[in-house]
Amino acid sequence: MSSSAQGPVLDRRSFLKTSAVAGGGLVLGVHLTGCASSPPIAGEGSLSPDAWLQITPDDRVIFQLDKTEMGQGVITSLPTLVGEELELDPSRIHIHLAPVHSRFQDPIQVTGGSTSIASRWIPVRETGAAAREMLRSAAAEQWSVPGSEIEVRDGIVSHGGSGRSARYGELAEAASRQPVPSNPPLKAAADFRWIGHSVPRTDRVSKSTGTAVFGMDVGLNGAALPGLVTAVVIRSPRFGAVLESFDGHAAREQPGVIGVFQISSGVAVLAEGYWPARKAAEQVTTRWSEGPLAGVDSDAIEAEQRRLLDENSGRSVRNDGNFAQAAEAARTVIEAEYVVPHLAHATMEPMNCTAWVRNGECDVWVPTQGPDIVQAVAAETAKLSRKQVRVHSTLMGGGFGRRGIPDYAAEAVEVSRLAGRPVKVVWSREDDMRHDFYRPATCNRLRATIDTEGEVSGWEHRLVGPSIISNLVPDFLGALLPGWVPGRLTNVLGRAGGAVIRGRDSSSVEGAADLPYAIANVRVESLVHDPGVPIGFWRAVGHSQNAFVVESFVDEVAHAAGEDPLAFREQRLADHPRHLATLRLAAEKADWGSPAPGRSQGVAVHESFGSVVTEIAEVSVTNGRIRVHRVVCALDCGLVVNPDIVRAQMEGGIIFGLTAALKSRVTLENGGIKQSNFHDYELLRMDESPAIEVYFVERDAPPSGVGEPGTPPIAPAVANAVFAATGQRLRRMPFILEHT
Amino acid sequence: MVELEINGVERRIDMPPDTPLLWAIRDGLHLAGTKFGCGMGLCGACTVHLDGQPIRSCITPLSTAAGHRITTIEGLGHGSDIATLHPAQQAWIEGSVAQCGYCQSGQIMSAAALLDSNPDPSDDDIDRALSGNLCRCGTYPRIRAAVRRAAELKRRGERVVQTWDPNVAVAPLGGLPA
Repeated sequence: MSSSAQGPVLDRRSFLKTSAVAGGGLVLGVHLTGCASSPPIAGEGSLSPDAWLQITPDDRVIFQLDKTEMGQGVITSLPTLVGEELELDPSRIHIHLAPVHSRFQDPIQVTGGSTSIASRWIPVRETGAAAREMLRSAAAEQWSVPGSEIEVRDGIVSHGGSGRSARYGELAEAASRQPVPSNPPLKAAADFRWIGHSVPRTDRVSKSTGTAVFGMDVGLNGAALPGLVTAVVIRSPRFGAVLESFDGHAAREQPGVIGVFQISSGVAVLAEGYWPARKAAEQVTTRWSEGPLAGVDSDAIEAEQRRLLDENSGRSVRNDGNFAQAAEAARTVIEAEYVVPHLAHATMEPMNCTAWVRNGECDVWVPTQGPDIVQAVAAETAKLSRKQVRVHSTLMGGGFGRRGIPDYAAEAVEVSRLAGRPVKVVWSREDDMRHDFYRPATCNRLRATIDTEGEVSGWEHRLVGPSIISNLVPDFLGALLPGWVPGRLTNVLGRAGGAVIRGRDSSSVEGAADLPYAIANVRVESLVHDPGVPIGFWRAVGHSQNAFVVESFVDEVAHAAGEDPLAFREQRLADHPRHLATLRLAAEKADWGSPAPGRSQGVAVHESFGSVVTEIAEVSVTNGRIRVHRVVCALDCGLVVNPDIVRAQMEGGIIFGLTAALKSRVTLENGGIKQSNFHDYELLRMDESPAIEVYFVERDAPPSGVGEPGTPPIAPAVANAVFAATGQRLRRMPFILEHT
Repeated sequence: MVELEINGVERRIDMPPDTPLLWAIRDGLHLAGTKFGCGMGLCGACTVHLDGQPIRSCITPLSTAAGHRITTIEGLGHGSDIATLHPAQQAWIEGSVAQCGYCQSGQIMSAAALLDSNPDPSDDDIDRALSGNLCRCGTYPRIRAAVRRAAELKRRGERVVQTWDPNVAVAPLGGLPA
């Protein structure tokens, strides 16, 4: 990462210095910044110890939400961190969705990898604490009293002895002239008033009244954007196919149509609104090249994966002891093959973006997980510098990793540049389903050995699939942000590789290479095979499939060894206290071993994004149909900042994982995606949704991830429960039972 | 020109009669609370009421809605005070149901219609009435609880006591020219 590509990552003190230089004492409102790199400061006389926070002379406390909100709750939990130290009820804090700013880049301004709270735990609290101490110092100076006698609380700075008091805003200007403390004291956990409590979501009213502004609502809800038109794009039927020719004459004659023209990704149809654009698009005829994937389908990819596993050994990502010797000496060798399909993200809000390129500047209104990735791609597309591009993040109607890829933003910028006016590009559900960046399909072969003493002596996991990083970097990241190297990106996005394979794409083997069980001989190998299907980060990434493979096979091994699946895990996780604690808590709450009549239980435990989650599923199987009645979830995510939001993330993560386990599969057919909408890419529905109970292992450690870790354990927990019910082992997602 | 009543107001919409009601509501009337999710009546994000009945506005032509009474999420409750919102909205707020929130207008419209026809729905009734409304964030357990709570509020004529300060909200979308 070179600092010239991104600008240096500032600490709080240099932030303030830079602000003073950039603003010259007169600072600009965040919404109308003349320059995208200006610090987001609220106005003259404001107290802003760091970029996240401004306290204005008119007593507004403004939080710059640098992480973007896709439902995971940062819009509530991050202001809670600053409010706690500032001694101000978080519901009194105004929230601005932040622009791109160097202070928010670490080293990129991206929301993903379940890192928002963990990465902001110290700096955002320090920001609030610094403001609190600066207010205290300013009051001490003005009132000539010792700072230690001053109370800063609930918006008021007061001195009991003299009876003097002032609102935060009244002291903001004086406080802004105080030195920024370098290590402001942080509150002790015992003194927390909001952290650890379920502060109500700040977006709960707007999202229950239809007033929340998503990307799709730009120009409709809130301020109008004069001259805004809608575009739809006709894209290739097969990945990599190139537009050879098109005929837009008939479409141009349709009512409301403004233009029909070629862009990089296909043919854009501009009209006065979505419906005239969509209808006119049906009149456009296109011819496409065959493309590199013509004739390729999912079965062929799976066959090739099998051939590779048959004929090659992969890159070793873990090699403890000597698996080959363990296999030779084994009394029993258990073998299995596990297969997982491509999956679409299917956010409820289809991809969309609004852009306006004009006179050497560009505004982009976009539901995105990566505002500065959008900025870089927009600058490239509009042929402008990054400083000339302003990115305005909106709320997202779901993200799950899809909205970290900026393809749809680049498209809107290109259409606006060519059309010379503000344009909202709206994808249909079909566009969204067929032009996603899919969860990779992988094939896994596993062997476990039981020695003559009856002990599990060896574990081998060989898997083949594509590399997300190598797949994405050439298209979107490498060329535009030369400072990025895959290893750095891997770390930034929170992949768990760490010590195991730093500097490589760990996402394909995360959750496999870090098998936690005490087994003497462990070999994990990874084969990379990239058939050219676009792939990307999908909630929990490699963990989403590897937990299924590993925890299902652990269950197979436990049964082969004649042990109870829970006891088997406990015994071999003796040196993993966090795993043990969640296993025991879940087992106790689920009454392990005593399921309700007619039901069976399955357990799985998995660590991801710094958190450990055990889930126990209670299922019944009737006429080949799996019904999940109840899920008990126990997790250790360190200190729980907002219990209700964490609970919601577990509930949502479990249902997201259940959809993958029971329903979803994207298939390639002749180089394109066969599925198109929710009739053939089904999501779990209300009547299929289990009762979910969430329990926390109480711990004071700093918070770790919660957005993703709820997803990985559910598929194996259900598969293991189905095995308990039927004796059938489910080794392929989505689960299909042979009729019993 | 099509005439219909939206949220108690007579409106004339100058759009072709085959335009789906959804796009008339959004692009024609700039009511953005009703959402586009699938365009095929498969996800329920676009649910509105036609003469009190829940319909999928993305597959309902404007001509079908002509002359009828349409209610969208904007017309379900009134004002900015939680006490004047529909019991379903109050229960949704109280239970912090929404995650991303995109599907919730449709969920609430389906729930409100259910409560009109069935003041004391069982879990099965709730599942049946709302299983056509998809939620990718997986808020189903909370939706189920919120519908039960809304039914209770409505039956008892009670309101949710709330701590919401209506003066503080997420800032409106920035970046538009002054």
